Amino acid sequence: MTSATLAAPRRHRRFRFGRVMVYVVMIAITLLWITPTIGLLVSSFRPADDVKTSGWWTVVTNPERARFTLDNYRVVLGIPIPDRPAPGGGTRVGMEVALINTLTVALPATIIPILIAAFAAYGFAWIDFPGRRPLFILVVAMLVVPLQISLVPILRDYVALRLGGTYLGVWLAHTGFGLPLAVYLLYNYISTIPRDIFESAFLDGATHFTIFTRLILPLSMPALASFAIFQFLWTWNDLLVALVFLGAEPRVQVVTQRLLSLLGQFGQEWHLLTAGAFISMIVPLIVFFSLQRFFVRGLMAGSVKG
Amino acid sequence: MRPTREITRSPEPRGIGAFLSTTLGRLIVSLFVPAITFLVLYQIFIFLRDTQIPQWITAIIAILWGVGGVLALFTLSNYLIEQLEPTWRRRLIPFVFVGPALAILTWYLVLPTIRSLIASLYDARGINFVGLDNYIYAFTSQEMLQSYRNNFLFWMIFGTGMSVGFGLLIAVLVDRTHPVFETICKALIFMPMVISGVGASVIWKFIYEYRPTGSTQIGLLNGIITALGFESQGWLLIQPWNNLFLVIIMVWLQTGYSMVILSAAIKGIPSDLLEAGRIDGANEFQIFRSIILPSIQGTLITVTTTIILFTLKIFDIVQSMTGGNFGTQVIANVQFVQLFRQVHNGRAAAIAIILLLAVLPVMYYNLRQFNKQTEAFR
Repeated sequence: MTSATLAAPRRHRRFRFGRVMVYVVMIAITLLWITPTIGLLVSSFRPADDVKTSGWWTVVTNPERARFTLDNYRVVLGIPIPDRPAPGGGTRVGMEVALINTLTVALPATIIPILIAAFAAYGFAWIDFPGRRPLFILVVAMLVVPLQISLVPILRDYVALRLGGTYLGVWLAHTGFGLPLAVYLLYNYISTIPRDIFESAFLDGATHFTIFTRLILPLSMPALASFAIFQFLWTWNDLLVALVFLGAEPRVQVVTQRLLSLLGQFGQEWHLLTAGAFISMIVPLIVFFSLQRFFVRGLMAGSVKG
Repeated sequence: MRPTREITRSPEPRGIGAFLSTTLGRLIVSLFVPAITFLVLYQIFIFLRDTQIPQWITAIIAILWGVGGVLALFTLSNYLIEQLEPTWRRRLIPFVFVGPALAILTWYLVLPTIRSLIASLYDARGINFVGLDNYIYAFTSQEMLQSYRNNFLFWMIFGTGMSVGFGLLIAVLVDRTHPVFETICKALIFMPMVISGVGASVIWKFIYEYRPTGSTQIGLLNGIITALGFESQGWLLIQPWNNLFLVIIMVWLQTGYSMVILSAAIKGIPSDLLEAGRIDGANEFQIFRSIILPSIQGTLITVTTTIILFTLKIFDIVQSMTGGNFGTQVIANVQFVQLFRQVHNGRAAAIAIILLLAVLPVMYYNLRQFNKQTEAFR
């Protein structure tokens, strides 16, 4: 800031014109970027007939005729609407069920790989054992394997083990696909913790397990949080793993699956699509806006997801 | 008492007998303890799947059981090993730590690579050996050829180019604005990054929706076009340009990512370097070309390779927008169709192998670049 004022006087006019242009261009780009989301948000509060018969922007261009309602959200979440009969069983959207399912999938699918990866990262970084290096390289090498590789074999295993359609099956799949990156990132972090911290603990007779749970886990919280956000959003937004391993049973389907079938099944029920889509976005948006700092850090580190 | 020995990474005792016993012991610990835990977890989940109790109760039990089970696994195996004599304890403890990770990775990624390779040489049900038939399909069938064109030309070149280009442009511009303005712009442009591909598809349906000219448009793009007096267009039906309209959704999602990373890199350039350039009379474009670009080259490569990887594996946008119809097929979607609609395991496996081969060089390059930046392996 101070250095800019030094150079400014010499070409003051051009500098200021350029600055205004930068602001104009940036405002234009930002507006362009948020318009689609605003369109969805506005549409989700419009009555079903309006959504199907006029563009959402008429709310702005023709405000006196705009009408708003919460009915779309009520229908999608299965909340009864006053003065209207409840829809029959066939047209139930069941987004509330899907939300609980997504949470059931995403929370453990975030915590389990982090826990397993943190143990492994500590093991690779601070315990000496034969084969340590080749095994670590094997783990990192798995970063290159796209998850599509395991669909055919793992599906076969799941059929044999009757694991298809269980949460355990999906958690394990997400764990397997997230582990290489998690181990790699946490290793980078844990291996840089100063050695002195361990030495005094060892002198006091602490075991690896106590050192790990009492010292390393609390110290690694920033790294754990960064990866956790990344993995949580990844599992929340995932479609492929859910489609393949969770299956078509509506009772266990997650939000993305529900939304996909809404796109097909209720392809013309635009008002339900909007509310459904917005509900699926709320949790990621809350995570994003409240934990932005960790998120950006995790993103930088996590740019190598396989 | 030799407490410091453990962390000085002393060499292990050698000898065939010792090697066998430690290796066997580790194998038992690293495979059997997870296996037993898995069995117990498994039984509960079969119960949970078939039960009829209210859903939110199932959810809570499932979450607690899953997370608690993993914690129990580590605590239990550590407890068991701490009961052993010191030598054995020292030999086995590493595998309490790395065992579960290795077991899961072996099951989900290491073995599947080999098993997919084998499955790709067999027929739909994996019974008869068919040689390279599945690969002949993967390199000659109309849908796969179309996928290569779409994946490599539209998604990889256009998609990555636009994401990185826009990201760089925004990062450079936003760097010259007021910090508060900068934060708001960045947050808003970055926001789509957290939206799922399916959610984004719903959002963009309201942009691309087609109604014949004359009727009221509810898609924004056709609303604008018809207001300007042109005919309305079925954007998702015009081949091959409909691919470009799908790619734009991806660009909308990914630009925020490249912007944030590149912006951080630009902020890392020492300000006296830029100032020296300005004092020497360089204009903003020259500064960009000769100072900013070379300084962020490494980051630029990382961002580009990361987005290339994303585009090669693109699935959910295509699946939810067009289902791969109207000439918009992509590799990952063909695999999905082969796996579920055609139930052809051999072809699905062959496509997976091709995807692995396509991703491999990019990922290798990406990892090397990443290592250069973080010096992870020392």
